[in-house]
Amino acid sequence: MATPLVVSEVAKSFTMHLRDGVRRPVVANVSFSVKAGECVVLGGPSGVGKSSILKMLYGNYGVDEGQILMDHDGKLVNLATAEPRTVLEVRRTTLGYVSQFLRVVPRVSALDIVAEPLQARGTPIEEARAHAAELLSKLNLPRELWSLPPATFSGGEQQRVNIARGFITDHRILLLDEPTASLDAKNRAVVVELIAEKKAKGTALIGIFHDEEVRDAVADRILDVSAFSPRKAAA
Amino acid sequence: MSTLPLLKVNDLSKFYGSRIGCRNVSFELYAGEVLAIVGESGSGKTTLLSCLSTRLMPTSGIVEYHMRDGQYRDLARMGEAERRFLMRTDWGFVHQNPADGLRMTVSAGANVGERLMAVGDRHYGNIRATASDWLERVEIGVDRIDDQPRAFSGGMRQRLQIARNLVTSPRLVFMDEPTGGLDVSVQARLLDLVRGLVHDLGLAAVIVTHDLAVARLLSHRMMVMKDGAVIEQGLTDRVLDDPREPYTQLLVSSILQV
Repeated sequence: MATPLVVSEVAKSFTMHLRDGVRRPVVANVSFSVKAGECVVLGGPSGVGKSSILKMLYGNYGVDEGQILMDHDGKLVNLATAEPRTVLEVRRTTLGYVSQFLRVVPRVSALDIVAEPLQARGTPIEEARAHAAELLSKLNLPRELWSLPPATFSGGEQQRVNIARGFITDHRILLLDEPTASLDAKNRAVVVELIAEKKAKGTALIGIFHDEEVRDAVADRILDVSAFSPRKAAA
Repeated sequence: MSTLPLLKVNDLSKFYGSRIGCRNVSFELYAGEVLAIVGESGSGKTTLLSCLSTRLMPTSGIVEYHMRDGQYRDLARMGEAERRFLMRTDWGFVHQNPADGLRMTVSAGANVGERLMAVGDRHYGNIRATASDWLERVEIGVDRIDDQPRAFSGGMRQRLQIARNLVTSPRLVFMDEPTGGLDVSVQARLLDLVRGLVHDLGLAAVIVTHDLAVARLLSHRMMVMKDGAVIEQGLTDRVLDDPREPYTQLLVSSILQV
């Protein structure tokens, strides 16, 4: 099987038109790959471009240069140039993402938010909900919250809904943006365990973890993002 | 994922005399895709929507629709009767003001049933059963089936308009500011409803809105219009998270944080 993710010579800058067109380079010459079953952690001080890299990988940041190649159903897709509907298709079946914050949809219950990615792949709703319930109980989200929309949940509760939503499918590539930032020790341990299960199943994981303990527990390799600093590349 | 687009739009322009309505718009829309058209008032959103839905004739350019028989048809070359049949059956159009899309002086049930009769349904019992099923789906109590929409609140009218449009299982729905003029709590309910229906029915939709939050919630893709032209387009979260054009950056940065 092909390497799930190969990033080569990716560069990104922002042009801020409301600030007289100032161009702010973010990263340059980003090249790395992630093997099946490997967890690569993006390291380096904040502001160095870790989140930007994840967002480019997911397609919500555009890419100025370079390629982001993903193995999607045996076909190679370059996410840097793919059409919107191809990106959506890749997200549905190949590429998962756990963001830092849950984007809540009014009136949709926590259970259904978690079940949705499975449903979108054609799993019958009852089966998807059963799977969602399993994950939410593993993450110790009180059962009485399952039927409520998460808008009123605490940060940690929302984050657990988000994690469950990201982990419910068997996407081959999973992006994790500080999934443990607002969790207590017990739930951090659950996430570490979930990540280990994903690795055993051959998922390629790329994550940002500020918590050293979690990072050491999950990382196969730490990629220092400051090496991709555009200032350094220019020097 | 179907491989052929439902709608193909090529170099569409509409002029009102010398004034530009919209110009040189090209895109394709596939089944199951929701496209949001955003931009401020006067940017050409509604003109574009009207040209797509044959409510206005474009000055130049072609809009082709993939008919159920697998053929592409140039909408401008269709006969009036055929076009109207298409609009009543395979398409839906949800107006900002429900009074423009509903018949205010006939019952809610008849508003929904009318479209069924347009596709040849004649059995009163079936029509009434389907109508009450749809009222339930849009969260209108079945005991209101014989009431006229005049007696409904704005949110209920809008939900009724949606039921009227979706009852014939259209493949393509146009929506013009569907949540405009509604209270935010009523908006949330409507958005959730639309989102669910689009997903369950696999609809393609073109939604005109000036509300970027609505676009974010409902659409897969987005086109930003200014002065009649599409200045930026792409995946909705890409356009909103990483806007490229000066005008898009201004729009995105103008959203109030709650």
